[in-house]
Amino acid sequence: MHDLFTEIWSSVRRNKLRTILTGLAVSWGIFIIILLLGAGNGLMNAFMKQSHDFATNTMELYGGLTTKPYDGLQQGRWVPLTEQDVKILQGPLFSDHIDEVSASVADGNNKLIEGTRTYTVTLYGVYPANKDMNGEKILAGRYINENDLNERRKVAVISDVQAEDLMGGRDNYKAILGRAITVDDQVFTVVGVRRSDRQWRDTRIHVPFSTYKLIFAYDDLVNKITFTFHGLRTQKENEAFEKRVRAVLNRAHRAAPDDEGALYVWNRFTQNMQMNRGTDILTKALWVVGIFTLLGGIVGVSNIMLITVKERTHEFGIRKAIGAKPKDITKLILAESITITALFGIFGMLLGLGACEVMNATIGSTSMDIFGESVKLLDNPRVGWGVAIEATIVLIVAGTIAGLSPATKAAKVRPIEALREGKG
Amino acid sequence: MLIELKGIHKTYDNGQPLHVLKGIDLSIDNGEFVSIMGSSGSGKSTLLNILGILDNYDEGEYHLDGHLIKGLKEREAADYRNRTIGFVFQSFNLIPFKTAVENVELPLFYQGVSRTKRREAAMQLLDKLGLANWAKHYPNEMSGGQKQRVAIARALITHPRIILADEPTGALDSKTSVEVMDLLGQLNREEKVTIIVVTHESGVANCANKIVHIKDGLIGEIELNSQHHASTFDKNNIK
Ligand SMILES: Nc1ncnc2c1ncn2[C@@H]1O[C@H](COP(=O)(O)OP(=O)(O)OP(=O)(O)O)[C@@H](O)[C@H]1O
Ligand SMILES: [Mg+2]
Repeated sequence: MHDLFTEIWSSVRRNKLRTILTGLAVSWGIFIIILLLGAGNGLMNAFMKQSHDFATNTMELYGGLTTKPYDGLQQGRWVPLTEQDVKILQGPLFSDHIDEVSASVADGNNKLIEGTRTYTVTLYGVYPANKDMNGEKILAGRYINENDLNERRKVAVISDVQAEDLMGGRDNYKAILGRAITVDDQVFTVVGVRRSDRQWRDTRIHVPFSTYKLIFAYDDLVNKITFTFHGLRTQKENEAFEKRVRAVLNRAHRAAPDDEGALYVWNRFTQNMQMNRGTDILTKALWVVGIFTLLGGIVGVSNIMLITVKERTHEFGIRKAIGAKPKDITKLILAESITITALFGIFGMLLGLGACEVMNATIGSTSMDIFGESVKLLDNPRVGWGVAIEATIVLIVAGTIAGLSPATKAAKVRPIEALREGKG
Repeated sequence: MLIELKGIHKTYDNGQPLHVLKGIDLSIDNGEFVSIMGSSGSGKSTLLNILGILDNYDEGEYHLDGHLIKGLKEREAADYRNRTIGFVFQSFNLIPFKTAVENVELPLFYQGVSRTKRREAAMQLLDKLGLANWAKHYPNEMSGGQKQRVAIARALITHPRIILADEPTGALDSKTSVEVMDLLGQLNREEKVTIIVVTHESGVANCANKIVHIKDGLIGEIELNSQHHASTFDKNNIK
């Protein structure tokens, strides 16, 4: 090993500039790979963050407009969801796949009055299951429970920022537990504080579904139904099940069973499945782009190795005349090629990792407001150790490939011709 | 017989065929000191390269120490060149970016000898040839005679049975030529190394015990020269 590196060093030393220039092409290639993968990861992380907290196997249902006439009714009819639909979904008809059903209702624009101040808030009538399905995190107290629902208690769960607003001070949201708040002239007791992402003013106040209905609406309409399900693995199975749900609920609303406008179904599971496939494709695409960039560097290294072999033909002739076997010569060239590629590659990789850190510190910590939600453009745009190891393997393979043709060429040198060549 | 050639033919074909060796028969025994003479282009180097398995031949048989040398794998040829044969060239053929001692120890490296052992052996040999002070010097810092002695050291380091030298004094003045030939003679006498020297110079040839003349691709006269009286060592006395 020591001998090999001595040989490599003595060869590289004689062609410093040439080696550095071509080596930098390799550095550049691997730098681009790391940077692209880092940015790609950041993009995906930012994307995932939005959906990260939710239970992944849920579907959301919303009402819609019919798109075809049915059963004597016109098309374009508004079809809202009702509590009846919730009952159907909870019933034996779908118990093969559906686990838990949750519904929520809200009409926006409620007024919360605290002393002389008035806040605009949104009251949501929710089911207890909403907590897990939407990934609500309770910082203090508890969430709405079954008893609240059954007894139509006037209890509320508010966000941490709202609580701090009301209590006047950061981080003392706990103080609001047990206090009464007045919304639209109704008094609710705060039993829990939800975590918001603090990037925007989360003014949603959750109260029991039944309480909401009792106070604000005498109908049985529902804005949104969410349910968790199991046993649907493939896209096909999911679509078939969605079709079944649609047919049943549409019929209950006197809409055509296959009318896709009357009931809007959003399936988080298949959505995630597609997103995972998407991120998979993105990662692969980035690798491909990076490897093509690296290819330029590899061709460069291969070329200088070819030049080196040509320049050293006479020397290889001497080595063979004193007993070097073809594989000794091959080893010399391959090792040099791999060393150059690996060293400059690791240099490029470190630069790339550094650039990812810079990216993380700049773009990674800025967010934009999109539809009232604060969204990070890139979240943690970095690559893990796995990628660094993969990149190193790629480099060693690349170095081998770059050295392969020059090395075989060098090994084939016929000593007699090589020795004559030197004499000119 | 250490070396036995029977009906060796060699034709170069670069565009038009050139029949250089036309049936060489030659036997060389263990411990002989032979010189090969002949006019320029007569095929001396060609013959020596075949003897050293640096080049192949077209027809005939070459036995080295009883083994037929024909169609060897490059790996096997490398082994013979490494262990059985030592080369000395007119243009020294030292590796320019290696010091004298590094050049000398290189054949041992290809035998897989450890770094300290081969360094030790190379230093000893250089010391014996009076080059200890030049061990750390690069070839371009040495005189022709010194370089050739380093080259001889490199040829000797593996204790080969045969040393093949193609005009070893061709690039040297007469004084250093004498030194180099004395060294080869000494190796022949004291270490019983078989030595084959190709040369133009009768003075150089005269150091050998047997002088083989090549003419038109065939062995001509073979002079026995145990008295070393063929001619005196003199640059002006070229045959
Ligand atoms: N590789 C080759 N291809 C074609 N012709 C060659 C080759 N090597 C040698 N020859 C020719 O073969 C002939 C013999 O060459 P060789 O080198 O053996 O002669 P030589 O006796 O050593 O001559 P010199 O005393 O000049 O060194 C010469 O005519 C030379 O030009
Ligand atoms: Mg010659």
